[in-house]
Amino acid sequence: MHTKTIAQLTKGLRAGDYSSVELTQSYLERIQQHKSLNSFISVTGEQAIATAKQADALLAKGNAPLLAGIPIAHKDIFCTRGVKTSCGSKMLDNFIAPYNATVVEKLNAAGTVTLGKLNMDEFAMGSSNETSFYGSVQNPWATNTVPGGSSGGSAAAVAARLIPGATGTDTGGSIRQPAALCGITGLKPTYGRVSRYGMIAYASSLDQGGPMTQTAEDAALMLQTMAGFDPKDSTSVECEVPDYSAELNNSLAGLKIGLPKEFFDDALNSEMAATIETAINAYIKMGAEIIEVSMPNLKLAIPAYYVIAPAECSANLSRMDGVRFGHRCTNPADLNDLYIRSRGEGFGTEVKRRILVGTYALSEGYYDAYYIKAQKIRRLISDDFNTALKQVDVIMGPVSPTSAFGLGEKTSDPIEMYLADIYTIAINLAGLPAMSIPAGFIDKKPVGLQIIGNYFAEAKLLNVAHQYQQVTDWHQQTPNGFE
Amino acid sequence: MSLTADDVNKIAYLARLGIDARDTESYAKDLTGILDLVAQMGTVDTDNVIPMAHPLDQAQRLRPDLVSESNQREAFQAIAPQVEADLYLVPKVIE
Repeated sequence: MHTKTIAQLTKGLRAGDYSSVELTQSYLERIQQHKSLNSFISVTGEQAIATAKQADALLAKGNAPLLAGIPIAHKDIFCTRGVKTSCGSKMLDNFIAPYNATVVEKLNAAGTVTLGKLNMDEFAMGSSNETSFYGSVQNPWATNTVPGGSSGGSAAAVAARLIPGATGTDTGGSIRQPAALCGITGLKPTYGRVSRYGMIAYASSLDQGGPMTQTAEDAALMLQTMAGFDPKDSTSVECEVPDYSAELNNSLAGLKIGLPKEFFDDALNSEMAATIETAINAYIKMGAEIIEVSMPNLKLAIPAYYVIAPAECSANLSRMDGVRFGHRCTNPADLNDLYIRSRGEGFGTEVKRRILVGTYALSEGYYDAYYIKAQKIRRLISDDFNTALKQVDVIMGPVSPTSAFGLGEKTSDPIEMYLADIYTIAINLAGLPAMSIPAGFIDKKPVGLQIIGNYFAEAKLLNVAHQYQQVTDWHQQTPNGFE
Repeated sequence: MSLTADDVNKIAYLARLGIDARDTESYAKDLTGILDLVAQMGTVDTDNVIPMAHPLDQAQRLRPDLVSESNQREAFQAIAPQVEADLYLVPKVIE
């Protein structure tokens, strides 16, 4: 039953084919069996069985919420009351969250069964899951390659069918890139659509949580629960949540797809270009129309991101000070020593790098030259997207320049790692929703197609993704050894 | 823009961030590389562009000034490194 989708499992549970307790036990066994992937930081088996029993009782009464009894797991960036919430860092290795993130509350209320917390790059800073204090995660498609990041544990666990769905977060591509590299479906919603309350902040003006699943149909089910206004998040947007499953089966005849010429320039390797082209041809067959669009400022997305994200991270991570929670050094000589050593010992290299860049960019005399300049560029990039989205319904392109790269291949050069996010970062700067869906293989490793839509057009994205999944079976394929 | 090991130490102090002396050179090299990447922003004129803080240009919401949180001191202090008499303890600041 582990290859079934969430949509199929909700039916199976109601038909009595299996109970939530049986389902939960079966997934827990798989998690144990494939421990070497290192996709989980914590497994909460006992709690899961207890929750599954409650779900079974509700299902028996016939009035259970839609996701009742469905096993999932959360990226370890979401606070879970009473359970370690490490954010992939030594700094929070001893942090037992005293409250639940809104996303966790909502999924709990919908009856999901949490099996544990998933591995991730430290504080979501990375594109390979290699910055995690708990070690790297193996990509189930090729265990000597990375799963992508920062939601690498989420992507690997769903790809290996250790869970049918997971939460992830995306600041510069952290849902879409690992989804692409692991051959699953990932959705980054519009900024402000999903509450950030209790989601440990990296770059607050870019961070957004979303679902990671096998199919677009399942992403619609999870997003339905996760989305919505939250007064506890000051940047949450008051905008009604539509029925995300309602439009899944709409025809794509007449759909206008924009292809930014900057996505398909000489820098894109020929195999990736060919794979994306094949996917786009499938849309043409379904009646879509292709229109070339241009985003002249796209090349400035990575430079602007590496000012804005580090600046915001340096401010957000100042709360990790060894005083109220988290790691504290032993025998501090004075208050400064307490701060400096606690933070020096608690943070890893990549996090330190970004705190330093952010601190520099925000330091006296540099604020206008860096942060304000980057925010201006951010507007230019956003304007490029808005212009394009006046001409087309969705924009498509690659998610990542390559399929999964080798473990350790890019760790020595941080900038080379940053450039792996070239196709995803601009979308976060603009605050738009975007998806990655499985679109084929290169060297037997999965490749994702990116679909970008207008603000709050998640239902359209899910429709476009679902229709592709009706005519292809990339999303149904499972890696060798995990069938 | 090229940063030295001295610059790194200064920035690290501003961030109250301990950096191993053996690593300052490599941080200086990495930071210089990142700032070179960031310098590409200078290739475009942005004089008349309004900085973008929120993708939907939404302003911060206001709410009535009412107490909405309950006291959870015990829950929060249960995970603190060092607490005494409901207070977070740090090394002595004033002699």
